[in-house]
Amino acid sequence: MSESDLPSSAESAPGKAALGNLLDWISTVDHKKIGILYICTAVFFLGLGGLEALLIRVQLLFPNNDFLSADLFNQMFTMHGTTMVFLVGMPVLVGFQNYFVPLMIGARDVAFPRLNAMSYWLLPFGGILLYFSFMTGQAPDAGWFSYAPLSTKPYNLMPGQDYWIIGLICLGIGSVAASINIFVTVLQCRAPGMSLQRVPLFVWMSLMTAILTILALPALNSALAMLLIDRLLGAAFFEPARGGSAVLWQHYFWVFGHPEVYILILPAFGMISEVIPVFSRKPIYGYAFVAGSSAVIVLLSYGVWAHHMFAVGLGMGADMFFAVGTLLIALPTGLKIFNWTATMWGGAIRLTTAMMFAVAFLLEFVIGGLTGVMFAAVPIDWQLTDTYFVVGHFHYVLIGGTVFGLFSATYYWFPKMTGRMLSERLGKWQLWLWVFGLNATFLSQHVLGVMGMPRRVYTYADNPGWMALNAFAGAGAVAMAGGTLVMLLNIWVSVRKGEEAGDNPWEGFTLEWATSSPPPAENFAVIPEVASRRPVWDLDHPEVADAEREPTPADTGWRPDKLVTSAWAFVASEAVFFLLLLVAYVVFNTDVAGEIVSAAMLDVPRTAFFSVALLGSSFTLWRAERLLNSGHHAKFRLWLGLTIVLGGFFICGQAVEYYGLISSDVTIDDNLFTATFFTVTGFHGLHVIIGLLALAIVLVLALRNDRNVLGGTTLKAIGLYWHFVDVVWVAVFCIIYLGFLQ
Amino acid sequence: MSNFPVFEPASPQAEAIRDLFVQVLWISGGIFAIVAGLICVALWKFRAAGDLPEQDFGSHRKEIAWIVAPVIVVLWIAAISAKLVLTFNAVPQAHPPGEQVADLIVTGHQWWWEVEYAGTGIVSANEIHIPVGKRLRVQLSSADVIHSFWVARLARKMDAIPGRENFIWLQADAAGVYQGRCAEFCGTQHAWMNFLVHAHEPEDYEKWLAREKIVPPAPTDSKAIAGRRTFLSLTCSQCHAIAGTGADRSIAPDLTHIASRSELAAGVLVNSPQNLRRWLKDPAAFKPGCKMPDFKLTDQQLDDLVAYLETLK
Repeated sequence: MSESDLPSSAESAPGKAALGNLLDWISTVDHKKIGILYICTAVFFLGLGGLEALLIRVQLLFPNNDFLSADLFNQMFTMHGTTMVFLVGMPVLVGFQNYFVPLMIGARDVAFPRLNAMSYWLLPFGGILLYFSFMTGQAPDAGWFSYAPLSTKPYNLMPGQDYWIIGLICLGIGSVAASINIFVTVLQCRAPGMSLQRVPLFVWMSLMTAILTILALPALNSALAMLLIDRLLGAAFFEPARGGSAVLWQHYFWVFGHPEVYILILPAFGMISEVIPVFSRKPIYGYAFVAGSSAVIVLLSYGVWAHHMFAVGLGMGADMFFAVGTLLIALPTGLKIFNWTATMWGGAIRLTTAMMFAVAFLLEFVIGGLTGVMFAAVPIDWQLTDTYFVVGHFHYVLIGGTVFGLFSATYYWFPKMTGRMLSERLGKWQLWLWVFGLNATFLSQHVLGVMGMPRRVYTYADNPGWMALNAFAGAGAVAMAGGTLVMLLNIWVSVRKGEEAGDNPWEGFTLEWATSSPPPAENFAVIPEVASRRPVWDLDHPEVADAEREPTPADTGWRPDKLVTSAWAFVASEAVFFLLLLVAYVVFNTDVAGEIVSAAMLDVPRTAFFSVALLGSSFTLWRAERLLNSGHHAKFRLWLGLTIVLGGFFICGQAVEYYGLISSDVTIDDNLFTATFFTVTGFHGLHVIIGLLALAIVLVLALRNDRNVLGGTTLKAIGLYWHFVDVVWVAVFCIIYLGFLQ
Repeated sequence: MSNFPVFEPASPQAEAIRDLFVQVLWISGGIFAIVAGLICVALWKFRAAGDLPEQDFGSHRKEIAWIVAPVIVVLWIAAISAKLVLTFNAVPQAHPPGEQVADLIVTGHQWWWEVEYAGTGIVSANEIHIPVGKRLRVQLSSADVIHSFWVARLARKMDAIPGRENFIWLQADAAGVYQGRCAEFCGTQHAWMNFLVHAHEPEDYEKWLAREKIVPPAPTDSKAIAGRRTFLSLTCSQCHAIAGTGADRSIAPDLTHIASRSELAAGVLVNSPQNLRRWLKDPAAFKPGCKMPDFKLTDQQLDDLVAYLETLK
């Protein structure tokens, strides 16, 4: 190499390295890198959502202010809410789960690394779709829960609302896929010896969150699909003027929306359940109660959605049912507060920034929880819902709870993720700025609510006290923004110059501290054997090891099959989706006086004939599976082929039916019967086609003697899906064609 | 008017809710004090000191003991709210035989309230007049999107939903003016969808009712006559109604007694001839996005219209 070559190669090498690095990040399937991508994307959107919040506060500084127009203000709070829930809260939590769940259970990666990458990339895709709406001239402006009919075409002509729907569907699919991954990872990839009763609580909470997401997101997706069909194809599910229902949207949205609250808070519960014991140098008090109470919360969270709808006038019975359900949730939550406090009691507390954020979480979250109890007392809700009191309430929960939990986790786990410590001094600045900011902003808003200020007003008259309190709220928002900048500065500086962390700077208890900081590509040189809930503590303190002092149920060593488990989770999610579509059918086609275009227009015997083909395909697939298991590969291929033919025959039958209806001018926008009919059968047909594609791929692979197909559980997993699609058809046929439930 | 309407009820229903709220506030304050106290004591007493603390894994008995008090509190709150839901604020969805369905029929519009006094033929907007001490059944609905009817000092909040009828009780114990607002986000001008409830002593209410039933006489002043002609010749009457003129559409507020109302455009402006003129000149300047168009009225037309509308007392 000549001397003249040296400078140029020195110049190009970093360029190439940077490009290589970038490609590496874009193409990664490593759970730690994907976790960091999730977190960084969430921080980017936090900047946007935060900016929107600040603009809202500036507009409300003075009565009759015209800093933002009414329309722009409405876009700002819609985008603020949507961004913070879907593009900040969920992704950042999934990011931490991605990074730490495999580490904490002693796994080398998540169960499906490539699915993991796909789930992540749906996030920027959905986020860009949502924000692209600004380019169309108007961002969505119907609020983050987009109540119909305000969100329907007659009252919302701009395409912003369509971008909102499509963006959320993308994000929803990504969230369900990510959750199925976490679900299977926790069930299948645990280190030897780690029974489900020995997983760290963050892992347990992640499992609970995954279950919630898998079963709650499809409710949103079905509502979004119906709203999109209303807007783009002219149906009227949510347009009362054409027979639709405004209240149905609220039911569907909150069937998703309330579990969503727990999707956002349970991982934070998990985070402080790691931090508080480590910095008290004690085990969590009442592990079984903390874990069990979370399972209770998961169950209860599906039965409380209508507490968002006490002002709808659902009637006394419904109001009290949902009020009692909501009050009951206070019990498992209160139990957790007790357990966290009892963990600190008698401990050796180190007040690091992580611990201080955890303590701040306890105090602030209790405030949010108690105002939540007030809203569960129905008459109080009648006064204060839709006022600033409720805005204050849920920000105490989501900031005092979720955000403080995340900050605590950031200070706790940053050394593991980067190998360097964050500055404690800057950390305390961040803490106090946020504690001041949270209370200044949202305590003021509680008072404003009692003073009668409704939420989502772009301006207000010069009522006594309103301006001062809004100004105070604005000051708090500035403090929180400042606290965020301090955190970013802290991260920026510490990544470069922070103190070296070592493997276990906090004397942590769980497996992520048993590997290097940051962990190597496949996490562990040797997968550790686990005998208790605190494996690293046991190594550090053999004289008081948990394994002897607190026996826990031993691991049977059994792990479920990855593919079959994921298929079950997916089927459960899809079942909720179809259930809600069928509920819509029943709601709109029952007890309607006379004029409805009934199922009489359908050719029931013909469809019954095609249905027999579909049901037959379930039988042939079952035969194929049996033959595969007994090693009759040639016959197996034959029966699999027969399954595809029968499924294809059914789809052709449906095509004939659609052709007949459409050519006699029966279309989706005619009335609520045709809207629900085409929506339900159309989505079912789409699922059949996807199933056929999957079966065709399996057949091709089988013809090539692919080992995974012939020896693995691929066919079993896809078969599960195929049988599910058939079961859905049985329900569809009974309800729509035979008129059950009408 | 009142600074803290939720805490200054003026009806039995609102008072019962206030009492419940105050009680739950005290309970919550007590719970917060206990939890915060325990946390502070823990932080104070149990700081790191070098030795390993006792490794305590928890106790089933203590967990169960701790949960007893919350169970009692939760049951108590459920009981006292249920009592309220079933008594004071229970609104029968079906009306008793022989009675009117409702005394008042209130319909939400983007962004104003239509008020119909059942059985009297009186229709008004953004203002509700009621007699003191009488419990009125109000029927709530909407002509477009969801709104929410809220007079904090007098009654619970209830949504006004298209395709659905909701009912509440409305009552005031004392004469006065009570602020009402739309509480459910309903589009661009949700912020300006206020209304006022005027509670009168029974005899004053009768007087008001009698006055309101009178169809305003045709104007005699030449400017007002010109204004009336302007009103009928432009498209005003395509949306607004004025009794006695043939204009009877209810797309926009009824103007039959506009001059006797105290606010314009659902709370944006105080009702005065000057403000009425400013409003007519450029509605979007005060309520951007509102459905009232700018008719580019000439000064002459504005003067005439204001003169006419001011006769509608």
